Amino acid sequence: MSDHIVKSYDEDLAALKMLLAQMGGLAEQQLDDAIDALSRRDTTLADRVIQNDERIDMLERQIEERAITMIAKRQPMARDLREIMVAIRVASDLERIGDLAKNTAKRAHAISEALPRKLMTGVTRMGRLAQSELKDILDAYARSDAEKALEVWRSDEELDSLYNSIFRELLTYMMEDPRNISLCTHLLFGAKNMERIGDHATNIAENIFYQVHGKTLIESRPKRDTTSTLSMHNPNADD
Amino acid sequence: MDMMPQAVVTPPSPRIMAERQVRIEARDVNIFYGEKHAIKNLSIAIPDRAVSSFIGPSGCGKSTFLRAINRMNDTIPTCRMTGDITLDGNSIYDRDLDVVQLRAKIGMVFQKPNPFPKSIYENVAYGPRIHGISNSKTELDEIVEKSLKRAGLWEEVKDRLNHPGTGLSGGQQQRLCIASAIAVSPEVILMDEPCSALDPIATARIEELIDELKQNYCIVIVTHSMQQAARVSQLTAFFHLGILVEFGDTDEMFTAPQEKRTQDYITGRFG
Repeated sequence: MSDHIVKSYDEDLAALKMLLAQMGGLAEQQLDDAIDALSRRDTTLADRVIQNDERIDMLERQIEERAITMIAKRQPMARDLREIMVAIRVASDLERIGDLAKNTAKRAHAISEALPRKLMTGVTRMGRLAQSELKDILDAYARSDAEKALEVWRSDEELDSLYNSIFRELLTYMMEDPRNISLCTHLLFGAKNMERIGDHATNIAENIFYQVHGKTLIESRPKRDTTSTLSMHNPNADD
Repeated sequence: MDMMPQAVVTPPSPRIMAERQVRIEARDVNIFYGEKHAIKNLSIAIPDRAVSSFIGPSGCGKSTFLRAINRMNDTIPTCRMTGDITLDGNSIYDRDLDVVQLRAKIGMVFQKPNPFPKSIYENVAYGPRIHGISNSKTELDEIVEKSLKRAGLWEEVKDRLNHPGTGLSGGQQQRLCIASAIAVSPEVILMDEPCSALDPIATARIEELIDELKQNYCIVIVTHSMQQAARVSQLTAFFHLGILVEFGDTDEMFTAPQEKRTQDYITGRFG
């Protein structure tokens, strides 16, 4: 897009974009570390993730302040307005992603060495998927690429269905031996966190689409998360 | 004549047009000042009981077109026009039409408040009197009071109606001009940058007034303030180099305009 007549307007927008790039990079790093911390049960790394979350929160506040100042000072219109509104929303999604990474890292403390490798594999796989989704969506955001954003938006389905299968797997394991319940619950929360990160990535995708086209994505996203209706006993068996 | 560029008009959404009829319609209008082609092939339908704003850089033709709506350009010898503009389906360029009567139906408020050097009362009463709307003193008193009330000025001037209109503040003068315009029961009110000489408080008063008046009138406002267009109007038309580039719902125009030229102008990228 061509430049504004007022140069400092462009500088303001560029500075905002820079802060978001920083925040996105940090969120990616936090997620990587959280997954490593969990899979290797590395409590030192986990603690670092917990501490670093403060930096993400701080960036969100900075972005919000800058965006609000720009709205007050420049009364942005059209694409500029959408860009600034979307920056605020993306920052809030990234902040949530940071929280979820932190929550995942915390669980490294609670998981013992006795964990069967097979169970951990599923959660780490979800972690890798969430990582690549986050990376792709941040690329799409940096390049204002609505096509790429749509791709990520559609691909989230995979993360949802993986979550469903892990949910079932953990449930079976808990039923086999109640002593596994505490461990499996932590893993289940970890898996849920990854699924939520995917949802935030799709939020960002929707916002990129809006920023570029000025229209919201109406097409409804395929939903494969059926765990909210899944229970241990089959209600039909009682009749 | 060179190739006539086609205006891109986003049809106003059904939301705006559904309950409103078209009051002013222009078809294939071209306006020339001598050799200068000021308005190029313009067609537009302006609805009743809504505010339509015209925006665009200086010299884009928005004021020229506004003035054409009540035949103000007639007084400029070098100015000629082709095409037609209708009010409620009747051509306002009809040879038999009385321009004075037309201007009673289509009132105009200018950039600089221009009250007559007469009393506040006389400023408002003048129009109804010359148009023969009212002759009796009581009737005239009523019209003056009603018009000043509608213009939101009554409370401030009711005790000094025989003071000169020129002694009021700028914002009050502008509201006095609006009172004079509505005293003759017009159907359309045209405003050419009505707030550009006013401070923010006086501007807010005029905008509040425009908002109230739109329930009964077709209002067209030319403004250089895009924020003002966004605030007061339901429809916005963007003019550039004599071309109507885009006309559509104000909400859409300022968040997601269709045309790149509109986008560039309203975001401050050229002008």
